Amino acid sequence: MRTLDEKETAAVFEKLFKFTGPNLKLIVERPAVEGPAGDDPGRYCFRLHKNRVFYASESLVRRAVSVSRERLVSLGTCIGKFTKTGSFRLTVQSLDLLASHARRKVWLKPTSEMSFLYGNPVLKSGLARITEGVNPGDGVVVFSMSDLPLGFGVAARSTQDCRKAHADAIIVNRQADAGEYLRNEDDL
Amino acid sequence: MAPVSQNSNLKKKLNKKIPREEEVRASSKEIESFEFDPGSEEEDDRSQSSDPEDELSSSSASSDGEPLADDFLGGSDDSEEVEELGSDSDESDLEAKSRAIDEAKARAEEEAQEELQLNIKGESDEFILPTKEELEDEAQQPPNLQNIHRRINEIVRVLSNFKSLRQEGASRKDYINQLKIDIMSYYGYNEFLIETFMEIFPAVELIELLEAFEKGRPECLRTNTLKTRRRDLAGVLINRGVNLDPIGKWSKVGLVIYDSQVPIGATPEYLAGHYMKQAASSFLPVMALAPQEKERIVDMAAAPGGKITYIAALMKNTGIIYANEFKESRLKSLTANIHRMGVTNTIICNYDGKEIPKVLGLNSVDRVLLDAPCTGTGVISKEQSIKTSKTIEDVQTRVFLQKQLILAAIDLVDAKSKTGGYIVYSTCSMLVHENEAIIDYALKKRDVKVVPCGLDFGRPGFIRFREHRFHPSLEKTRRFYPHVNNMEGFFVAKLKKLSNSKPATSQPKKEAERKTEAAAITNDNDSEILNGNPEEPTITQAVKKNKESNTAIRNAGRYAGKKIKPTGGKKNHWKTPPASVDQAKKKRKFSSNEKNGPRIKRRKPHQKGGLGNMKET
Repeated sequence: MRTLDEKETAAVFEKLFKFTGPNLKLIVERPAVEGPAGDDPGRYCFRLHKNRVFYASESLVRRAVSVSRERLVSLGTCIGKFTKTGSFRLTVQSLDLLASHARRKVWLKPTSEMSFLYGNPVLKSGLARITEGVNPGDGVVVFSMSDLPLGFGVAARSTQDCRKAHADAIIVNRQADAGEYLRNEDDL
Repeated sequence: MAPVSQNSNLKKKLNKKIPREEEVRASSKEIESFEFDPGSEEEDDRSQSSDPEDELSSSSASSDGEPLADDFLGGSDDSEEVEELGSDSDESDLEAKSRAIDEAKARAEEEAQEELQLNIKGESDEFILPTKEELEDEAQQPPNLQNIHRRINEIVRVLSNFKSLRQEGASRKDYINQLKIDIMSYYGYNEFLIETFMEIFPAVELIELLEAFEKGRPECLRTNTLKTRRRDLAGVLINRGVNLDPIGKWSKVGLVIYDSQVPIGATPEYLAGHYMKQAASSFLPVMALAPQEKERIVDMAAAPGGKITYIAALMKNTGIIYANEFKESRLKSLTANIHRMGVTNTIICNYDGKEIPKVLGLNSVDRVLLDAPCTGTGVISKEQSIKTSKTIEDVQTRVFLQKQLILAAIDLVDAKSKTGGYIVYSTCSMLVHENEAIIDYALKKRDVKVVPCGLDFGRPGFIRFREHRFHPSLEKTRRFYPHVNNMEGFFVAKLKKLSNSKPATSQPKKEAERKTEAAAITNDNDSEILNGNPEEPTITQAVKKNKESNTAIRNAGRYAGKKIKPTGGKKNHWKTPPASVDQAKKKRKFSSNEKNGPRIKRRKPHQKGGLGNMKET
């Protein structure tokens, strides 16, 4: 387990910025709650372990040092992993974090919730609501009508275009969804 | 007249109700005799005292003159009408008539009672233990399940009232043997399991238990209080078409599912981490543990993560939890569940439970939960293969492992912790060897005491069991049964660590002790499984200095039936680990206990050091 170096930090923040925008500051500088009594939880930090990036409080990180490298499986929250070519991808486990700091959101109709959870992209016919000012290429978090976070992806159209689009048009390209906990448990 | 005729009508109706033909005939015969010989009681007596068969013949004989006699059902109807005509004749005979009717009725009832008694006695006398020839015949034919089931119930009935219902010349043992064979073939258990159950439960409860195992328990789920409330979740699920109820007074987060139109494990709420599918019995150890906020908790066998996520929810994501899981294959589901439920204060690691005190340090955490790997005899309804696959060797290996794990768990806890100092030990098994015996062992080896679990239902644990005598505080532990509590068979015990010291442990004679330990599972008095912690750290530290691989733990792991993995980058020069857990198990298993006696471990000449007491012979 080690801290991220420059390039890695840049890649991670870049991906996060797509979803959160200026809220990124909140993620990075959040005062932590975890940690045993008597330990100052400190801030949250990112650590790299076996190509996975973990987001945990400083006290948790300090405690995890005693666990040997090959025995440590997970620490705090895993937010994503680096692929073999070196690019960073956010995984579905970061959904909670993103959902609480997301700038752009999309709400789905109840009928198309399950379709999204099966891994299909969001179509115009399933769209119930979308925040204003979405540009193509923006990160977007997908919610159900009851504000349940379902997944996230990249917007394919701006808000204006969505209104004009026909029913089969793809609005959001899915990157990760909660259904992966059932479909891809091994890959997480 | 009217009352009399009414009376007689009523009596005829009463008489009609008695299903016995003889009685019907007798009653109609009375009526006839009464009718045609009004007031002559003697004739009534005669007709009453004569045998039903005689009455039959006499009635059929007299039927020539009486057109009503043959057709009993129709005849009584007709005779009613004739009755009314007949009774008009003499009013002074009314009293006599009514008396005769009363007596006839009383006698008919008496006879009915006797008949019933005869029938009852006939049934109990009918149950005779099948003779050898009958058993051989049965063995040759395909099993007649109804027959066997009936026989099981009969034997249980006899056993419950043995003195009065027993068959002459049959001892209790004969009945029990036959019951065992029948249960094995009807329910599909192997002999070892039935014998152990018979040691724990009386016959009637045993059958209830087995039936409960066949049925299975209702599905339960636990609300994730980090993300939602039970009320809201229940509302949402009901809208989706799930039929559910709160699980009971004892839990504020549990829900029991009766049926559902959607798959419970795939709703958007499940995927968003609002609830966890969990057996009701799995709530109990966490409720007993009662973790507080900002504590340090260790769960030594955490997969698939139901209890860990419950602990985190109770702690509101503060403090720190170490979730340990030995089997790699189960780590994925543990990690996934922890992330899905939004738990952020957990470190997941992949150690052998016995190593954790070295990794984290002795006396370093506030509470430990040990849901020990066991034979699983309490969850047979979920896993039917347990019925046939458990043997005494399985129990022995498990017991050995459990003893090591509980000592490791106790060593982890800091007795001086301000808020904690507790260990909860739980298994999903009902065998005394894996439950009370382990706690008794811990009480002898470490400075701990049993405290109440905080669960007000469930039966107290055994203090005495056959020839074993356990510490009396063990009655504070709790046993749960499927047929009593409607949850899987479970055992929970809560220990408080009184001080960090370990009582001085005796060193020598470990081989002999190891043998006796293997031979008699619960012979705890002399055996030293871990050769006392004081020695262990020094030896293993020495070993560790030389190699990263931990010989001691590997040896212990081998005996406990675990997969052996080389740790670190260093290679195992002398031994390649078995390709799969099954292979490792195959090597260790002996075909039968009688052939080879207690398990004899052969040690290779190059192996030295580690825990010297592991060697046998």
